[in-house]
Amino acid sequence: MKKKVDAVIIGAGPAGMAAAVSLRENGIKNILLVDREPVAGGILQQCIHNGFGVHHFKEELTGPEYAERYIDQINKNKIDLWLDSCVIDIEKNQDDTKTVVVLSKERGINYINTKAVVLAMGCRERNRGNINIPGSRPAGIMTAGTAQKLVNIYGYLPGKEVVILGSGDIGLIMARRMTWEGANVKAVIELQSYPGGLNRNIVQCLNDFDIPLYLSHTISNISGNDRIEEVEVSPLDENFEAIKSKSFNLKCDTLLLSVGLIPENELSIKIGVKLDPVTRGAYVDKNLMTIVPGIFSCGNVLQVHDLVDFVSEEAKICGASVAKYINNKLEKSKEIPLQKRNLVRYVLPSKVEIGKPALLSLRPMHPAKNMTLTVKTNSSVELFKRKYKNIFPSIMLRINIDVVPEDTEFVEIKFEKE
Amino acid sequence: MKKELICINCPQGCNLDVEFDKEKIISLEGNECKMGVKYAEEEIFHPVRMVTTTAAVMNGFIKLLPVKTSCPIDKSLTLNIVKEISKVRINAPVKSGDIIIKNILNTGADIVATRTVGKIGSW
Amino acid sequence: MIDKYDVIIIGAGVIGAAIARELSRYHLSVAVLEKEIDVSFGVSKANSGIIHGGFHAPPDTLKGKLVVPGNRKFDRLCEELDFPFERNGELMVAFSEDEISTLQFYYDRGKKNNVPYLEIIGKERLLELEPNLNPDVECALYAPSAGVICPYEYCFALIENAKQNGVNVITGEKVIELKKNAGIFEIKTEKNNKYSALYIVNAAGLFADEIARMVGITNFKIVPRKGEEYLLDRRVGKLVKRVIFPCPTKKSKGMLIIPTVDGPVMVGPTALDIEDKVDFSTTRDGLKTVFNHAQKLVPSIRSTDAITSFVGLRPAATSNYSIISKFFSIIKSFTGTKPEYIDGDFIIGRTTVSGFINAAGIQSPGLTASPIIAEHISDALLKDGLKLEKNPAFNPIRKRKVKHLRSILDEKNFSEVEKLVKENKKYSNLVCRCENVTEAEIVAAIKMGHTTLDGIKFATRAGTGRCQAGFCTTRILDLIHQETGIPVEQITKKGPGSEIVLTPLRKGRDG
Repeated sequence: MKKKVDAVIIGAGPAGMAAAVSLRENGIKNILLVDREPVAGGILQQCIHNGFGVHHFKEELTGPEYAERYIDQINKNKIDLWLDSCVIDIEKNQDDTKTVVVLSKERGINYINTKAVVLAMGCRERNRGNINIPGSRPAGIMTAGTAQKLVNIYGYLPGKEVVILGSGDIGLIMARRMTWEGANVKAVIELQSYPGGLNRNIVQCLNDFDIPLYLSHTISNISGNDRIEEVEVSPLDENFEAIKSKSFNLKCDTLLLSVGLIPENELSIKIGVKLDPVTRGAYVDKNLMTIVPGIFSCGNVLQVHDLVDFVSEEAKICGASVAKYINNKLEKSKEIPLQKRNLVRYVLPSKVEIGKPALLSLRPMHPAKNMTLTVKTNSSVELFKRKYKNIFPSIMLRINIDVVPEDTEFVEIKFEKE
Repeated sequence: MKKELICINCPQGCNLDVEFDKEKIISLEGNECKMGVKYAEEEIFHPVRMVTTTAAVMNGFIKLLPVKTSCPIDKSLTLNIVKEISKVRINAPVKSGDIIIKNILNTGADIVATRTVGKIGSW
Repeated sequence: MIDKYDVIIIGAGVIGAAIARELSRYHLSVAVLEKEIDVSFGVSKANSGIIHGGFHAPPDTLKGKLVVPGNRKFDRLCEELDFPFERNGELMVAFSEDEISTLQFYYDRGKKNNVPYLEIIGKERLLELEPNLNPDVECALYAPSAGVICPYEYCFALIENAKQNGVNVITGEKVIELKKNAGIFEIKTEKNNKYSALYIVNAAGLFADEIARMVGITNFKIVPRKGEEYLLDRRVGKLVKRVIFPCPTKKSKGMLIIPTVDGPVMVGPTALDIEDKVDFSTTRDGLKTVFNHAQKLVPSIRSTDAITSFVGLRPAATSNYSIISKFFSIIKSFTGTKPEYIDGDFIIGRTTVSGFINAAGIQSPGLTASPIIAEHISDALLKDGLKLEKNPAFNPIRKRKVKHLRSILDEKNFSEVEKLVKENKKYSNLVCRCENVTEAEIVAAIKMGHTTLDGIKFATRAGTGRCQAGFCTTRILDLIHQETGIPVEQITKKGPGSEIVLTPLRKGRDG
């Protein structure tokens, strides 16, 4: 089937849905939202815990509730939503439009001609192969997200004696979830000297159940042939090498991995989008447009967020930019580089516009106390300054900077000790 | 008495330094908003938690209905509440916000559906 | 009740499968017994898939004699059995004067082994062929006749074709007792099933010595030689077009860079003799060794691009004589007997027990030699008195039940996809999106008897991609349950004991 639209949004998770709604609000009607799952909502549907929406909806919601708010808007706006549908290719056409090839369970193969594409594919979990844990390869090792899907959507417990590697939020949430469902969570092991997830989750998911958290430790061996039987846990030295002489063993039948998320950018690469090696998301300008004109990116495929609220906010901005692009109103103005310095792991976007204020997202390299974040131009004009009592890599900072003055060559952002 | 707490009421997770006696909080430091005050008081005198789990749903397009407590409940009861909910079977259709169990285990909290589940074949 | 056969083959790896298919050309009743839950789950599952050019093995060994004739068979086999095969060639690269003389040594050896079109090529041409190689490279030995296949698909194809032609393949059947009684071999399995046969072919891989011992043959031992390999993300692309070998040193054979026939690049393997036949563990040292070596050949290879690792155990045969001599080297001269086999060589053919035929110690280049090994085994059976009468109904053609969507997408042949979807709607349901595997392919694999996650992975590649089955596990569990009725909690990764989930927490809908 062939179809012509103004925008194709790939992924109907929080980012894709918010971008689609935003496009409609900005007057773009002929849009198509596609998702590979049988329902919209993305990963939110399996995140049945609360803690979503405090910023965006000013109330605390569970994942499915947050998703449903947007699904209602998709339905109300009669946005064309194709489920069980995978984008298998994107091609550039000579007239600058794109052809998106969609393989859909119900509709077979489809060629969608579109003016703009919004990449909103989210992210995937890093797995055992990505972190190369030595040892045998038995059953019972899976990512925390797979376990979450098995427990919350399918109703199966993967095992009873659980060790979790990585203290990312999904891992912490699953420690509580599996405990509630009758499993014995023996430990959470974290490579870094600080937790990967939010403080509140350490409290309510680990401390509440006396689950020990081993910081600066790793799993140095896995044993068991058919099913996992034991893991060897070792403390790490300053070079992140396991100190085997101080290792200890934990018996278990399940190992969950919560060792980070990777933006799912394989499609983006196919069409020539360039990625930032730090975020593994696309390089975008302030309109969230990638280096390929007409291709935009938002949500976790752009940068891994810790709060869905900010995903929605980013996607809303993205939708508005796409609408301007479609109406040929996306003004291209002078952009200058935004350079990260001391302790700033990454900042997004990587460029700012002369004569305009900007919204920046950033994360620090490691936790620190009493830091001042400043944004200054090359001629030392201060665009932003704020003190933070605590900064954590697990908490993304979102800041609004002042108008970038004329004749600025570059802007730099850095943390400094008070 | 003194205690260090981490506020769980929002993702910020403020570190709280609390001083208290048998009845009340004497001083509180570290909270960046009012929610910290409420949290400290609750956590010291009667800690509460939200419970989120699933209940079996019959004739629905999905097999499990996600649910939550309508308000935070006594922290020591969370496991019992999950067990109690796992005993029930709900019939589709269910709407998000529907009350599934009233006043569960006399906590004063209801168990509320957090997802709309249509019948098989409908969405 | 005892199942009686003319020939029972023990082991359904690549070798057992090739022999089964070879024997299915004749009027014989043949069974294959495999201890694992699926075929190719032993040694073969971790094979690198290289069809060697043939310059590595010494000419006076079986390895050296069989590798080139085996290689020649693959064009026809691939046509008959419909498995992917690419003659992409192999290169042994040299970085120094010393290594150049090593190349010359292997060039001469290759010539003796009759390797066709073998040549030593200079730096300029080499870098033209393989621009991602380390620019410090001097020259290389080039064997364009080498190639790559997918080892499990080859094994599945052989087994399917053998089954088509009447061979009985029984998996999950571990032989625990084998004895010869009044000229007939009697087998008892772990499940207490009994079989009998006039002839036994021992293709039991790592356990071939244990099977042989059951009939009193004790003159060889299998030592597992462990190899760790790492698979890189498809995104990295084909860093090399040909299989790249370093020059072997006294210490190490070095690490290979293998562009697999399915696309992604594989690096490895290490080589370590171990005792434990079930030690499939990777190590931190292994990882470092593999990537240090690989980066010397292709500097842009990164360990962070690894999406998974696995371990292969090669069944290296040593004669018991040499084991003794290893431990008692001082009194070496005392035994006076000569080893019957060359250490590390194949052990193929008749034995002191009439009717018991070995196909043991088959390590590299065993995959390449497998079609010839199968012919040697049928000759040995003939010499041991088995009547080989051609079966005129033998059909050498096996067609893959379903096409892989991935290969069609790689060519961007969307109209072909359209056609497939029209024929079979299940082609429009993408189950594994990293490797683009559809419901059609997975259902076909389940119908062929692959009912474990690993079995489906080997048959379809679902779950082998960058997310390592994070996304498709639940979908595949659903499909296996749907097609076979096996309760989800009984579905395994690779056989009993490796279940994925426990009993359901609570049952909605169909509960």
